[in-house]
Amino acid sequence: MRVVLLGPQRRPTVDTVVRSLRLDGPIATITAGWQEREPDDELGKHLGSRDVNLSLYGRWLDVQERDPGFAAGERRLNGVLEEVQDIYLLRLDYALQAVYAVQRRSANDPVRTDALAEAVAAVRELDAAHLHRISDLRDEFYQAREPHARPVIAEHRAAVAGLLGDTAALVIAGGHVGVLAHTLHLFDVAPSLRSPVIAWSAGAMALTDRIVLFHDRSPQGFGHPEIYGRGLGVLRNVVPLPHARARLLLDDAPRMAVFARRFSPARCILLESGTSVEVDSDGNCPPGTRVLAENGRVTSVEAV
Amino acid sequence: MTTVTGPAVSRKLAINRLRERRPLESAMVDRFLARHDVPIVEGGRCTFVYRGEADQVCLVHRTFGLPERILLRQLRGTDLWYVIVELPEGSRFEYQLEVAHGEQRERINDPLNSRLAHSPLGSSSVCYARGYEVPEWTLPDPEARPGTLVDFVVPSRALRRDCQAMVYLPARFRRTARYPMLIAHDGGDYLRYAAAKTVLDNLIHRLDVAETIVAFVSPGERLAEYANSAAHARYLTAELVPWLEAEFPLAGTPSARCLMGASFGAVAALSAAYRYPAVYGSLLLQSGSFVFTDIGNDHGGGPVFEPVVRFVNRYRAAPRRVADRVFVSCGVYEPLIIRNRSMVPTFEAAGMAVRYVEARDGHSWENWRDRLREGLSWIFPGPQKFFYE
Repeated sequence: MRVVLLGPQRRPTVDTVVRSLRLDGPIATITAGWQEREPDDELGKHLGSRDVNLSLYGRWLDVQERDPGFAAGERRLNGVLEEVQDIYLLRLDYALQAVYAVQRRSANDPVRTDALAEAVAAVRELDAAHLHRISDLRDEFYQAREPHARPVIAEHRAAVAGLLGDTAALVIAGGHVGVLAHTLHLFDVAPSLRSPVIAWSAGAMALTDRIVLFHDRSPQGFGHPEIYGRGLGVLRNVVPLPHARARLLLDDAPRMAVFARRFSPARCILLESGTSVEVDSDGNCPPGTRVLAENGRVTSVEAV
Repeated sequence: MTTVTGPAVSRKLAINRLRERRPLESAMVDRFLARHDVPIVEGGRCTFVYRGEADQVCLVHRTFGLPERILLRQLRGTDLWYVIVELPEGSRFEYQLEVAHGEQRERINDPLNSRLAHSPLGSSSVCYARGYEVPEWTLPDPEARPGTLVDFVVPSRALRRDCQAMVYLPARFRRTARYPMLIAHDGGDYLRYAAAKTVLDNLIHRLDVAETIVAFVSPGERLAEYANSAAHARYLTAELVPWLEAEFPLAGTPSARCLMGASFGAVAALSAAYRYPAVYGSLLLQSGSFVFTDIGNDHGGGPVFEPVVRFVNRYRAAPRRVADRVFVSCGVYEPLIIRNRSMVPTFEAAGMAVRYVEARDGHSWENWRDRLREGLSWIFPGPQKFFYE
């Protein structure tokens, strides 16, 4: 699968990238992350009106209306997931405070180094357990509700697969990463994916096997990066960092070091405005790609 | 955005430069007042002035730590009165002037200062010290989609009256969604004096705060209903909450329920949660009137505080977990600052997560307005972390 990750598209570069790929035929687009703005024809003008919007958010609204039983179950699931996420964040707060406390200790000896490694390992363990837990909850929900056997959802899935089958590429825009990831799963986009996939911001995050939320500039100050759930899993070992400079305190090297070590061996790829990176499914990216290194500094991938 | 800045502190103050003028004529005072915004903020020093014939002029205020009445001096040979007060950076200072003619004393807002702060007790002048900014999210933003306010009457057997409530529904309200719920005591005052609707519209628009349904409730006999009243707690918990959850698409879990209040309203919020400890996940308490005694009965609050003192003393003696999270804010210029600071370890000892915020401000609605972003975004954080455009 050929995947191109872009930086935020306030000043669009997707048109240039699409031209460089010499694509022949219509291009599927997913703008479900924009939610109620999904029908806006913002992408069409950059794709030479070759775009075919899969309207995943609109389809989800249709399911809400026409399959109230499924919608009610979805709401219950979301309630449970929110509670689970809350508890995870509570535990994460203590676990990360422990990491930072050990990290702040001035002595730079093997004892402290080992303690720091153990503290980071505890956070990684917590992350893994949480991802497992919420994935299980979602899986149980899907098994119990059998979306493939529900006429409204089955109808939309077939339509989405049909549209994807006729296109030469897929473009996934940003927006609300939770909504985007949910609609991608609900309408079972993964089996019908067409290469190449071009994605940015939340779109890039939704392609990974593990969605990591991050925001250091909230009214409460920096927040803890948190595991949200599984994406499509097209990309493994990648943590995309859209708007990295704007959203993260990149100058705080000790904290950024914890970020990088926590998700290692995944590559934390900075997706700033103008970035265009071709990534393979194992997270390998070309020399020059800007990534967060384990020392907490932003660095470039070197040629092997 | 309203920003107050002053020149470097080392410069001679404007009033002192005027004092040095010889001869000091009335026209010079005219020019002086025309040139400066009043109060004159220069670094950490603020010069308050009054112009007019009087026998005495005082600066009166409720700022804890300063003398209650600060005399202004008359500038020799003129009808200009002045006093210089040090106000720490970021302070908001509400005041009035007391002008005496013989035995007659009149309290007035500063006629040379157009900035006013409003409250149920009336208005007063306000001085923005260096570094204070009126938060831009408290001002109407044309980009922010407005929510709607709907009037309701909820009949209450507990309170034996029909209770008015205004319910805020966020923009793009959908029946199919599930919302957290906030109940605001003194709701009418939050709307009138703390710009609560504008604040909610803006903070929700900016994704700082989750889309929330807010019930603004107003008291009948405030000092009775809000002073640890069992009837009020029963009204909230056994009548209002079930009514709201039947009427609106609310999440209906403790973590999605919050009680908010300022001053006596904060006591009402805490006491309701104390009586119904499994119902409310969060409390947002602003400048709570948590008056207590450590020894003896002299609390200085008068008879209306008696039930409050009994409640707070009981709570401090045996702190109980009444919610998961408590946001506490207080102005450092209020006499209640010591009480509120004392409550923080008490809440923590009870096993609640506490976020405590102080501000250089007094017991005022604008102080409570200015803290809403920190409080609401902590209690019901917005979806900012989900958006990557």
